[in-house]
Amino acid sequence: MPLLEVENVTKRFGGIVALDGVSFVAQPGEIVGLIGPNGAGKTTAFNVITRLYTPDEGDVRFEGKSLLGVRPSGVVTRGIARTFQNVELFRGMSVLDNVRVGAHARHGDQGADDLLYYVNLHSLRYRPASELPYGTQKRVELARALASSPRLLLLDEPAGGLSHEEVEQLGTFIKRMRDDYELTILLVEHHMGLVMSTADRVHVLDFGRKIAEGTPAEVQGDKQVIEAYLGATS
Amino acid sequence: MYIAAFTWTEFAQQITAGVRQGAVFAGLALALVIIYRSTRAINFAQGEMATFTTFVCWSLMNHGLSFWAAFPIVLVIAFVGGVTIERTIIRPVENGPVITIVIVTLGLALLLNGLMSVIWGGGNRPFNGPFSTRTIDVGGVPISVQDIGIVAVSFVLVGLLALFFRFTKLGLGLRAAALNRDSSELVGVRVGWMLAFGWGLAAVLGAVAGMMVAPILFLDPNMMQTILLYAFAAAVLGGLDSPVGAVVGGLLLGVAITLLGRYVGFIGDTLKLPTALLLILLVLLVKPNGLFGRVAVRRV
Repeated sequence: MPLLEVENVTKRFGGIVALDGVSFVAQPGEIVGLIGPNGAGKTTAFNVITRLYTPDEGDVRFEGKSLLGVRPSGVVTRGIARTFQNVELFRGMSVLDNVRVGAHARHGDQGADDLLYYVNLHSLRYRPASELPYGTQKRVELARALASSPRLLLLDEPAGGLSHEEVEQLGTFIKRMRDDYELTILLVEHHMGLVMSTADRVHVLDFGRKIAEGTPAEVQGDKQVIEAYLGATS
Repeated sequence: MYIAAFTWTEFAQQITAGVRQGAVFAGLALALVIIYRSTRAINFAQGEMATFTTFVCWSLMNHGLSFWAAFPIVLVIAFVGGVTIERTIIRPVENGPVITIVIVTLGLALLLNGLMSVIWGGGNRPFNGPFSTRTIDVGGVPISVQDIGIVAVSFVLVGLLALFFRFTKLGLGLRAAALNRDSSELVGVRVGWMLAFGWGLAAVLGAVAGMMVAPILFLDPNMMQTILLYAFAAAVLGGLDSPVGAVVGGLLLGVAITLLGRYVGFIGDTLKLPTALLLILLVLLVKPNGLFGRVAVRRV
């Protein structure tokens, strides 16, 4: 059984159709890439899965059970955690407190110290999160997401704003996290290199519709995908 | 300019009186800050909420309870009342513009003020506080037991709150909810209830401030109105989103106002409040985020 099933989801904002009958699944242990040009609906899909948005049509199921009756604060107790495109940390709180909040849905927060070692931030644990460089804040956000012991981790453009070397390390780190914490990872990313080197399967969105899916190699050769990214050639 | 005759003993007494006043300002300012951080609006009903609970205390004492027996009951009533107000009156406008929330709190202030007049009558009445007004000798300076008591109660309360916010899971959740709602929801914090809990805490802080000043000011429905203005000045001075700032601001303001009133002849008692308001103006001009406030910067 797939861990996550997004089935025929449509989400409209006024006259704009942000997601138009989109379906995809994530199997346990997979790293699934979700790519597409700006405005394709990738972040909207994340917000639907984490219940910040309610879809107009369709269903989202996690471990076979619908998430639509779950409130946003209940999503994490089901085992889903996420990071944000623009880093949504608790500014003014220390790094350690940010990670402790991540464990809010669980009993106790004994794991916070271990996690800080894991993302290599233990020496900065008492620093206010907002004072750290952007790339470091992204690691804090990862640790916060891991603190809830998720089974599904949603990463929204983890490579955004990172340097070339940092992106390479990130790719290795994402795979290591998947193995160490037995995660299934859904990855929204603009950085093609990162997606192609880490994802097992890739789904391509364009203007709210899914236009292709397959392995990274298959998707890279798809005519429609090339058109969506480079503009139609006739 | 007229300068009053100066003695060190009297100066020490004035400082003590200033700290006592400041402790009350600090408590109420902290209540304003807690609500401001989560609801993003000034709660203009904070004073009336405090006075209302003080009347409840007065009623309980009239029915034969001692002050210290009534005290915990009043705190529970204040907490439940604060939570109920947020859930019923504030919640429908919670995601609306700030000005809407502010107008609702102003309406709430008028409503509570009217209710108090209806239930308890408008005139003022003496309130028998828990502390004696006799003085004791502290290092050669006579200080009233009441002043020491008020400062002690306020400090214990602020200290307990600080521990609660710092070391409990609920406190951590409250801080998180005030800082980033979406992220809080997604790590499992019930943001709606956190906001309500914040209103409950603010109501408790207000109730304590009310019960502490009532013996000095006499109890009437408008008792806290002036103090709320001082508390607002203190909160602005400390930085509206800083709990530490509210406490420091309250103490500074209490001491400053008392000393200015005593030693600068033309201020006296009459110009204390305008002086505090002038202070708000100066702080907003020179340091808009207050002494401890964060400068809001956001990556877009």
